[in-house]
Amino acid sequence: MNVGFLFEVLIGGLLAGVMYALVAIGFVLIYKASGVFNFAQGAMVFFAALTFVQLVKMFGLPMWLAFPATLLVMVAVGVATERFVLRPLVNQPPITLFMATIGLTFVLEGLAQLVWGSQPHGLELGIEDVPMEWLSQAAGINVSQFDLAAAAIAGVLVAVLAVFFQYTRIGRALRAVADDHQAALSVGIPLKHIWAIVWAVAGFIALVAGLLWGARNGVGFSLTFIALKALPVLLIGGFESVLGAIVGGLIIGASEKLAEVYIGPYFGGGIELWFAYVVALLFLLVRPEGLFGEKHIDRV
Amino acid sequence: MSAVPEPSPARRLPLSVANVEVIYDHVILVLKGVSLQVEEGQIVALLGANGAGKTTTLKAISNLLGAERGEVTKGQILFYGERVDRLTPNELVRRGVIQVMEGRRCFQHLTVEENLLTGAYTRGRADLRADLERVYAYFPRLKERRKSLAGYTSGGEQQMTAIGRALMARPKLMLLDEPSMGLAPQLVEEIFEIVRELNQKERVSILLAEQNANMALRYADYGYILENGRVVMDGDAKALAENEDVKEFYLGFSSAGRRSFRDVKSYRRRKRWL
Repeated sequence: MNVGFLFEVLIGGLLAGVMYALVAIGFVLIYKASGVFNFAQGAMVFFAALTFVQLVKMFGLPMWLAFPATLLVMVAVGVATERFVLRPLVNQPPITLFMATIGLTFVLEGLAQLVWGSQPHGLELGIEDVPMEWLSQAAGINVSQFDLAAAAIAGVLVAVLAVFFQYTRIGRALRAVADDHQAALSVGIPLKHIWAIVWAVAGFIALVAGLLWGARNGVGFSLTFIALKALPVLLIGGFESVLGAIVGGLIIGASEKLAEVYIGPYFGGGIELWFAYVVALLFLLVRPEGLFGEKHIDRV
Repeated sequence: MSAVPEPSPARRLPLSVANVEVIYDHVILVLKGVSLQVEEGQIVALLGANGAGKTTTLKAISNLLGAERGEVTKGQILFYGERVDRLTPNELVRRGVIQVMEGRRCFQHLTVEENLLTGAYTRGRADLRADLERVYAYFPRLKERRKSLAGYTSGGEQQMTAIGRALMARPKLMLLDEPSMGLAPQLVEEIFEIVRELNQKERVSILLAEQNANMALRYADYGYILENGRVVMDGDAKALAENEDVKEFYLGFSSAGRRSFRDVKSYRRRKRWL
């Protein structure tokens, strides 16, 4: 076995995993704060990426301007979701909210295509998806510089989120709401604002994920499917943990690439598409709450 | 001994609840016209058995009923003369009404100090440090535990955290729901002592719902007794503690000494308030 090649596959997998984690974090945020499994996260990624691309293409906005503009749109989508979908359904069972987010998925997908058209688009962020020369020559390992940049962006985003959650007043309130809605209400934390903020932050993450995935795979309807790739990540990492989403993403990314290269040939290839789910199922059997899922604190 | 105190709009009481009716889920009538008052600087006890409506009364005041599909359908609630029964909990906390919920309800995955800080949410960032120190002065034990996750602290410490958290909002009226629940008697006394201290030093008026009538009446100035969603008796705490019926039903002693269980039952059946 060629060790250099092994590393190359592993690193490629880990970096791809970071991008899965990015999508998964969007789920985690909303799940933690409102207990809703937001099926529409994938649609939000698609919506964000398509809006960005069309602002650049149709209106000729420069990218640095298109980014905040799209962000504004995503925040509006988040706030509207809270106002028109979640608020009327307060106190309904989780399955009702889940169904509502499925509805939201189709609304967002339809809306995106209605406004911006259903043509797939390419997206150039200015970072080329080519191996880094110096690394190839020094170590004989090919690592895409796009993957590395994407991982770095995701890393910064996670760090910013962590600081926001840990040290700010709003972040603390978000964690309080995630812990106990009623108690949060009793100390005067306005749940509606908090939920709107969470959805807006999830929209922001969807935008970043949409740009990175869009630059890699093109901006088209297929972007919505990457949400499905986030599911095994969540199963492994746990639905309540940002850290879990990252670790889960790394595990999924690395294992599916390794599996594709080393086990794939025995099955005639193509196992990358479903291997993640097999890994997730195995984890489910051993640790149903995921690696970093919330352990219930019980005092005996 | 009137269940409905005559309205006195001229006096601006911290709390005046008049004829409040609460219905859950549009059908279940839980409070059938409760009236009570809290005067400035008072500790008022709200006593009653399980299911009498103590918690519902507190939640009607702090407007936490919405989350449980309950609503105030009749009557009015005044806070210093202002009608507050349509305000959100956030607006109520801003005005100075805060509830410490039954079962403490600390944020388990936040540290003790973070729990306290969430109590100051409505106040923004001003003087946080000073207020934390103020809370720690009342509850020195919390200072030692401030870095531990609230979920891993003892029941007493959680109760202190919950009260301290409410204190961070700088309330004028604190609604305490069952602070003695599940705590050792000595700890209950410690907590009640601190509550009295808060009441005196911070000038916080307190409405206290308790099953532990004995303890509550020792610290309260005034008391109301709830039964089946109605106030059936009220009076000075001392007078209540002396009252034969209260002794019999809530404090667990009677003038005639121990009786057989059968006698107690028949006595109860005959003797009814209202």
